Amino acid sequence: MMSEADKKAHRWVKFRRFTLPYVYLLPAFIVMAFITFYPLIYQVIISFTDFQLKDLMFGLESPNLNQVGFKNYIDIFTNALPVQNFEFLRILTYNFWWAISNVALHVPAGVVIAVLLNTPGLWGKRIYRAVYILPVVIPPIVVATVWRNIFHEQYGAMNQFLTAIMELLGSTDPVRLRWLESFAPPIKWLLPNSPLPLAYYAMMIANFWLGWPFMTLVATGALQSIPKDLYEAASIDGASNTQQFWNITVPLLKTAMIPASVYGFTLSFNLFAFVFFFTGGGPARSTEILVTFAYDLVRNLNLFGVAAAFAVIVFFVALFVFLVTNRITRATESYTEA
Amino acid sequence: MTIQNAAPKKKNFIIRFLNINTSKETSGRDLPLWRQLLLQVLTLFIGATVMFPIMYIITMSLSSQTTRPSSLQLFPKEISFVAYQQVLDHPTANPVSFIELLRNSVVLSTVVGLIAVFVAVSAAYAFSRFKFSMRQTLMVMVFIPLLMPAIGLATPLYLLLNSVRLADCGDGVMALAPFATCAVGAGKMVFNLRDSLYGVGISMVAGALPFAVWNLKGYIDTIPEALEEAAAIDGADANQIFFRIMLPLAVPQLAVTFFIGFIGHWQEFAMSWLFLTKPKDYTLAMTLYNMTGQYANSIPWNRFAAMAVIVALPVAIIFIALQKQIVGGLTTGGVKG
Repeated sequence: MMSEADKKAHRWVKFRRFTLPYVYLLPAFIVMAFITFYPLIYQVIISFTDFQLKDLMFGLESPNLNQVGFKNYIDIFTNALPVQNFEFLRILTYNFWWAISNVALHVPAGVVIAVLLNTPGLWGKRIYRAVYILPVVIPPIVVATVWRNIFHEQYGAMNQFLTAIMELLGSTDPVRLRWLESFAPPIKWLLPNSPLPLAYYAMMIANFWLGWPFMTLVATGALQSIPKDLYEAASIDGASNTQQFWNITVPLLKTAMIPASVYGFTLSFNLFAFVFFFTGGGPARSTEILVTFAYDLVRNLNLFGVAAAFAVIVFFVALFVFLVTNRITRATESYTEA
Repeated sequence: MTIQNAAPKKKNFIIRFLNINTSKETSGRDLPLWRQLLLQVLTLFIGATVMFPIMYIITMSLSSQTTRPSSLQLFPKEISFVAYQQVLDHPTANPVSFIELLRNSVVLSTVVGLIAVFVAVSAAYAFSRFKFSMRQTLMVMVFIPLLMPAIGLATPLYLLLNSVRLADCGDGVMALAPFATCAVGAGKMVFNLRDSLYGVGISMVAGALPFAVWNLKGYIDTIPEALEEAAAIDGADANQIFFRIMLPLAVPQLAVTFFIGFIGHWQEFAMSWLFLTKPKDYTLAMTLYNMTGQYANSIPWNRFAAMAVIVALPVAIIFIALQKQIVGGLTTGGVKG
């Protein structure tokens, strides 16, 4: 028989075991309640209002604040915002295209260069590996400003470089491409819904420089974990180098490269600092992505209600992207485990 | 070793000489010279494209001229530290010293990183080790903010932080909004949480905390439970296990999580540029943007380049030192979490 005191002690132990996990969660959840969950709810509330600069002093108690229902959402989808050059669908298309076209270039380039660097007997491997990692370690802010400078119409290295090449070909006219200002799309049939200006290609070049080294880094790690005897066995069986690449290297790299691609995709999709510093979304919002437009709504246009509605929409886009990419990673995980 | 080795090697003196000099990795197979040279041309070309923008900015930073070179110039013609000296002496047109900017950046990044890691670790432990009702729901709740791009939370944080203001109503009476306000039309604002480094710090923690929870949970999941079980058999209770066993084991990962956060916070620009208006609160990243701002034709290019090098340096050093951990943490942790 348990005494009354024992029973009490027992109940206390049980209670503690029951509450302990919540005690451990408490610090994080208290902080998040104030600075994450409450703001998220607040965001939804103001997304149904016409919150503007004049309401800033009084917040939700502001006498000028009107409940507008779904007006902000409808305005965004029907491009009825008082904002120049805004087309929701065009920005959305461009944003997806931007992320996909980046990853589609970075991953193959990264893998090929990693394989190249992994060639047995290549001289100066370590030096190359050390040099190739440099773009990854430089802040995007700096990368974007440096490349913006390179693409300058008059002083930029790119036009000077092209001029030098044209001189070799016999032309004396200096090349004066307006990389960041020109609006006319050089390739008209590409993405007709959202014409890609010259600035897009400039950004692709700069972001390519920034993006492939990370993929090489991941691929090199994965390559080094592939057992050497697989290749030896294959070459004894008479497999050529190309066959070895497609039948051993590529399948075994998949496990590492798919999560890396997913990471690269999300990163490019929300690449705020780079886009903001490079073109600021210009010219005429043609290189704007969702996050830079959301920023513009708050910082320059001060349309807080619209910005909140826009952020809610961005959230659902992000959720969609996550569900799709998560499915891809899960599917490949089970494939590799099988 | 392999069939290829059976082929007669061209034992040129130069090749043998170079072979001796290369690293251990080369001992397996020899490359035919023509392939080696072909690959060298390729790798050197790639190396040149990588180095090009870096050399461009370094050359510019070592110039004493504030104008951009009018012809392509990759190697410094002169080595002058005038630009660095000027940036350190007088970084912007505003009366703010380099030390203040540096302090703002360092304190902001460090404090935000530390708070995020220390608040997150116990939650990460709970998610990793305890079974309790609502576990799934609570995990999703921590996860949801991670989906949101940092800018997504900017609007409500701006408005909420902006509502915390301290006003001087005169006669020694202070009023802290939103709890109390001065009489209508009276009062002078002395402090606005939004327009301060505290406010920016708070909004940065909001982004950093969920990431820290997930990154640390992923790591704790990989620590075998045997040690904890042994301690439990010896009579240690849950708290002792956490503080005496788990925390010491997690220290390396706490450091890695902190540094990953630090890199991000050091470059943080969006929130600070949105929230802060006073030049004395500016961070280094903001200063860099400020230098290229609206007056694009009067940018002192050598000083801008010197500032870019200064901003890039800490991030580059941390990244190179922690390469493996950072890449591993981002790809596996980022996807599983």
